[in-house]
Amino acid sequence: MPKVSLTVNGKPASAEVENRTLLVELLREHLRLTGTHVGCDTSQCGACVVHVNGASVKACTMLAVQCEGAEVVTIEGLAAPDGTLHPMQEAFREYHALQCGFCTPGMVMSAIDLVQRNPQGLSDREIREGLEGNLCRCTGYHNIVRAIAAAQQVMHGKVKELPRAAE
Amino acid sequence: MGFEGIGAAVRRREDLRFISGRGNYTDDINRPGQLHAVIIRSPHAHARIKGIDAAAAKAAPGVVAVFVGEDMAADNLGGLPCGWQVKNKDGSPMAEPPHPVLAVGKVRHVGDPVAVVIAESKGAARDAAELVSVDYEVLPAAPTLEAAQKPGAPLVHDGVAGNICYDWHLGDKDAVDAAFAKAHKVGRLELVNNRLIPNAMEPRAAVGEFDPASGDYTLYTTSQNPHVIRLLMGAFVLHIPEHKLRVVAPDVGGGFGSKIYHYAEEAIVTWAAGKVKRPVKWTAERTESFMSDAHGRDHITVAEMAMDKDGKFLALRVHTQANMGAYLSTFAPCVPTYLYATLLAGVYTTPAIYAEVKAVFTNSVPVDAYRGAGRPEASFLLERLVDICALEMGLDRVEIRRRNFIPASAFPYQTPVALQYDSGDYNATLEACLKAADWAGFEARRAEAKKRGKLRGIGISTYIEACGIAPSAVVGSLGARAGLYEVANIRVNPTGSITVFTGTHSHGQGHETTFAQLIADQFGVPMSQVEIVHGDTAKIPFGMGTYGSRSIAVGGSAMVKAAEKIIAKGKRIAAHLLEASADDIEFKDGKFQVAGTDRAKALAEVSLAAYVPHNYPIEELEPGLEETAFYDPKNFTYPGGCHICEVEIDPDTGVVQVVNFCAVDDVGRVINPMIVEGQIQGGVAQGIGQALLETCVYDENGQLLSGSMMDYTMPRADDLPNIKVGTAITLCTHNPLGVKGCGEVGAIGSPPAVIGAVVDALKDYGVRHLDMPATPHKLWQIINANRPRMAAE
Repeated sequence: MPKVSLTVNGKPASAEVENRTLLVELLREHLRLTGTHVGCDTSQCGACVVHVNGASVKACTMLAVQCEGAEVVTIEGLAAPDGTLHPMQEAFREYHALQCGFCTPGMVMSAIDLVQRNPQGLSDREIREGLEGNLCRCTGYHNIVRAIAAAQQVMHGKVKELPRAAE
Repeated sequence: MGFEGIGAAVRRREDLRFISGRGNYTDDINRPGQLHAVIIRSPHAHARIKGIDAAAAKAAPGVVAVFVGEDMAADNLGGLPCGWQVKNKDGSPMAEPPHPVLAVGKVRHVGDPVAVVIAESKGAARDAAELVSVDYEVLPAAPTLEAAQKPGAPLVHDGVAGNICYDWHLGDKDAVDAAFAKAHKVGRLELVNNRLIPNAMEPRAAVGEFDPASGDYTLYTTSQNPHVIRLLMGAFVLHIPEHKLRVVAPDVGGGFGSKIYHYAEEAIVTWAAGKVKRPVKWTAERTESFMSDAHGRDHITVAEMAMDKDGKFLALRVHTQANMGAYLSTFAPCVPTYLYATLLAGVYTTPAIYAEVKAVFTNSVPVDAYRGAGRPEASFLLERLVDICALEMGLDRVEIRRRNFIPASAFPYQTPVALQYDSGDYNATLEACLKAADWAGFEARRAEAKKRGKLRGIGISTYIEACGIAPSAVVGSLGARAGLYEVANIRVNPTGSITVFTGTHSHGQGHETTFAQLIADQFGVPMSQVEIVHGDTAKIPFGMGTYGSRSIAVGGSAMVKAAEKIIAKGKRIAAHLLEASADDIEFKDGKFQVAGTDRAKALAEVSLAAYVPHNYPIEELEPGLEETAFYDPKNFTYPGGCHICEVEIDPDTGVVQVVNFCAVDDVGRVINPMIVEGQIQGGVAQGIGQALLETCVYDENGQLLSGSMMDYTMPRADDLPNIKVGTAITLCTHNPLGVKGCGEVGAIGSPPAVIGAVVDALKDYGVRHLDMPATPHKLWQIINANRPRMAAE
């Protein structure tokens, strides 16, 4: 079986995989990083989104062997080593942007990439369109949009602290 | 109790693990020595199994075992049980054909499990599954309500004549007939309530484990109610007694009803783990979810409302056909009967109602409760019919509702269809919603939209539902084979922290936060001292789980009852410590205090005395401070409210955009307004999904055409609007918290408001009603067909 070596959440990792092993299987089953989820089998739901070399990727659409030498970041690798959450994680909690939590890792990873790709800032409508590849069945997206709108202000340095949700 | 207690928008304590990838869902669980199961499913809607050749699969690399239906039958296992028996009009029981775990002899829907391959890896199991050869003799199929009721239709089950599961009725037929005979006008509506596929984001999964040393089985499963699964699977299918079977439902990624039921795969992995003496794991691929998770809705209905000259409702007559699918899922029979026809009074004073419901077997996936379960079907038909009645009478849609509302002064209100509503104020939710949605300003917005070439419409729904399920004696008399109480165990630990064990289950609802707020409020302690435990039959005394918006109304009430017991015992301990009479002790702000003095003992001092009983009334009281309460509700709870939807349709494409959605709901007392708002928004999203996007489609051969997320239209972020939510509450009068429940109101109230808005936008095109979903294709055809006429006028 081929061996794949890569960096996951800043640490070197390697595993022997089958040729057909998907990146998401490498993460979940070989490296036991179960924060990345599988919600469908047609690349529709986005629960498996991770960052590969800085860009969001559906980890069910990429073979593990394609990741040789890649830098992969998963939901487990977002917070600072001291536990300080990424502003997007913090915003999801503050704005009640998750319920069952299953779509959340992929949603957060997609949202971070969406915001990073749009330094000019996004309107609510643009956020909704930017989430086209991620499904959530619990929230109706309302609070996810609010969370991303708030997080982008911190990520773009417009404000220092995450704006609190109104009571 | 200030910021953390009842009424505070406390941020959820479960979120930290979910936003950092540290949730523990069933597929995240891996047991030592674990094997992987792949289920082989029928590709045909109806076929005879002539033979299964598994020799090549058994010899394939990594394969440990292949089992078929006959292997389970040889172990004398039972079939999957049904938890509710509905009776026919003549009092005879419904048809209840067997539901084998793995098919024996015949398959009855696409996706029916036929065999299981168990191997060292998922890949090996998948590869070997390809080698299993099943010889099918394909039979004609009856996948839909229409097909299954045609003369000469194929029989889904031999011996179930006409495919009829039951033919049931409720209400006073003679009174209804008499009222229709003297009616001034009649509103009539034929409609389809479209079949839905729940699609919780986490696919179902199960891990079975057997300990040969103790003979104990453990099942980890994606369930909304682990104790119910233990009861059904243990007692009826695998014959494992409760004390040898543990069921764990860890973090569960959404349910919406679809994870209530006992499914074949749970029994397969548990039984197989015993056979191969190693843990066995199965996780559904989404394609399997589509063809094996219970579906929802699927009714065909004819309804008529008799009115007097003022538009007052005199009588309602309803005839419904309900699709059961190929087998009876756990609670399927009660959904189109006791959760549907009993809601047909709605919020109106209609004095006479008669409903007939015919439940039909078809060659399709079993149909059971999906968010709202029967109540969305009732509210959709009733609210659409009320709009038709307004048209018939030439009355405004709001005015006809006001004329027929049950007045706020009339509670408790006995409906003609068995339920007694305890509280409500339908004018209050109506007025608040009309204001929030600026109903009065709508015509100006319509005119403005017209200038932009858009068709704008507004729709309204004033609905009620029954939840907080349910009084055991009542449901027992109606055919339920279970009690529907809930259980709470409260353990005050020696140093005063509190662990609460609840039989409800959280799969997105935020119970670990809401219940901690409730307990913090009851005991006057910070939330940080409270831990909520759920989802494990080995830890929790008993429980019936979470569905029917019951967790706070039934589970929360059980917690209050257990807290009262703790406080009563604490008073006796404190009285001893303070050398006072227990009657003189008050419990307030976390302290047991001698009334009228400053002499007090904190909860932690009392609990320490209870566990270290050196100075303790040991002759009268046992040590320890832990109490259990079973709470059986006295009645259902009756949330209700008003939803208003505003849409714009592009006549060139038929695309509907929801431009405004307002919900004002009466959910009783609100513990955490942030969570309640989120629950309602999520429910509304599913309601808009049903109204505009989602539908399950079978072709004439019973092939599932909407069998993937590429074919079944799940609502995405850009399909939905911001959803404005408000509450206008009345308290439930029969539970200690005054709570009603909020999990399903969004899905129950919203579909008729959305369709009402679409119909209103198309009123110049001669549209009186539209079945769901109102897709661009459907609307464009209507608009295009009427274009020449519109131009001529």
